[in-house]
Amino acid sequence: MQAITIQEQDNDFRAEVERRSGQSMVECYQCGNCTAGCPFDFAYDLPVSKIMRLVQLGQREIVLSCHSIWLCASCKTCTTRCPNSIDVAKIMDVLRHMARESGHIKERTVKAFEDSFLASVKKTGRLHEVGVALGYEMRTGRFLTDIDLVQTMVSKGKLSIKPHSMHNSDQVAEIFKRFNGGIHE
Amino acid sequence: MNNTVIAYYPGCSGKGSSAEYDLSTRTVLRHLGVDALEVENWSCCGSSPAHAVDHVLSAALSGRNLARVRSMGHDLVTTPCPSCLSNLKNAAHAVRDDDVRAKVNSLLDEECPTDVEAISTLQFFLEQVGLDTIQEAVVNPMPTLRVVCYYGCLTTRPPKLMCFDDPENPMSMDNILECCGIEVIPFPLKVDCCGAAFGMPRNDISSRLSGNILNMASELEADAVVVACPLCQMNLDLRQNQVNKACGTHHQMPIFYFTQLMGLSMGLSKKNLGLSKLAVNPEPCLARAGVR
Repeated sequence: MQAITIQEQDNDFRAEVERRSGQSMVECYQCGNCTAGCPFDFAYDLPVSKIMRLVQLGQREIVLSCHSIWLCASCKTCTTRCPNSIDVAKIMDVLRHMARESGHIKERTVKAFEDSFLASVKKTGRLHEVGVALGYEMRTGRFLTDIDLVQTMVSKGKLSIKPHSMHNSDQVAEIFKRFNGGIHE
Repeated sequence: MNNTVIAYYPGCSGKGSSAEYDLSTRTVLRHLGVDALEVENWSCCGSSPAHAVDHVLSAALSGRNLARVRSMGHDLVTTPCPSCLSNLKNAAHAVRDDDVRAKVNSLLDEECPTDVEAISTLQFFLEQVGLDTIQEAVVNPMPTLRVVCYYGCLTTRPPKLMCFDDPENPMSMDNILECCGIEVIPFPLKVDCCGAAFGMPRNDISSRLSGNILNMASELEADAVVVACPLCQMNLDLRQNQVNKACGTHHQMPIFYFTQLMGLSMGLSKKNLGLSKLAVNPEPCLARAGVR
């Protein structure tokens, strides 16, 4: 088990997580059920139950600079199984929001995928799968990503060069313009 | 059922990577007398990237679609995609809070309604069409086809939001396919995660998780895996060779949408169920099951 050296307690951090997630951190009594069921635990640098404890202890830097908060897929197993009905997955989401805002980007490919996805939606109103792949490759320089899938997708008629059109896609772009933050294109 | 009309939100993947799910869903609904009316001028729900960035943005992207449903005079919308469903339900739930509603509406041209409900097409089949009606339509049972039903994460989770089936051992798809005369074997990994949207950014993770599902299905000697989610289907089917490469396996496991098997049992044409769009060829498995 990994030992963590605790830093000075930042209670504003805990309060901010509680306010933004609508969850009460004190409800967590460290049973570990979330970690036991987490399908991504093998890839995490900090188990989700330990993140919960570190938020209780106001450990802003340690939490926001971990990889785990980028690797949570929101499968909601933790939320489903928490005996105290804490929406743990929502807390993980909020921590990722805070990590984005403060520039703690520990999984650049994950962020690049999310940014490419939303840029595609902003541009055409509906997701354009080819657009996401190209955007991802431009952002990461990983130009051969999923190249092995192209032939199958073309032969199955699943790779559309043009986005699926909708009227008034500018209404969707307006949502992003008004939101104005968080996404770096 | 005679001429029931339901608002239908196909989701973006339905126009691309999961075209066969959209096609087979519409084909089976039509065959059972349900008119699926596509939500006019719908847009992307934001999927997981939107809620990973901001919850108000996510609710606004989905809320725009709830407003579209309302403008059609409907208060219920059905979608085949669990990720779309989760976002639509989240938005509908979030705007019940006055502060959140004000923030969401500040991003929208048209206010997000508070009285539109979203359900999965799976739930619609089970609860509004009904097992009896489904069973009556079956002309081509496939008793030698052994399948496992894989539900993925979001079809039933989190239970307080989804309010459908059992979050640990869902049975809705099992029951529908059994009604269609198909042998469904119990599957211990029904609600395990396939790796979700990490196929592109962290393929090492999604390959391992999808590999677990395929290994278990293979150990149970299933002929095929049946799913209700476009992302699960893509990870298990289109990415199956990537999984094989990462895990050192040689699976050739067909991955059907449940609507495709419903349609086959009802004698509907393979073309109208989009069977040729599956990446892993399902024909050998269907031939063994006696499907022409």
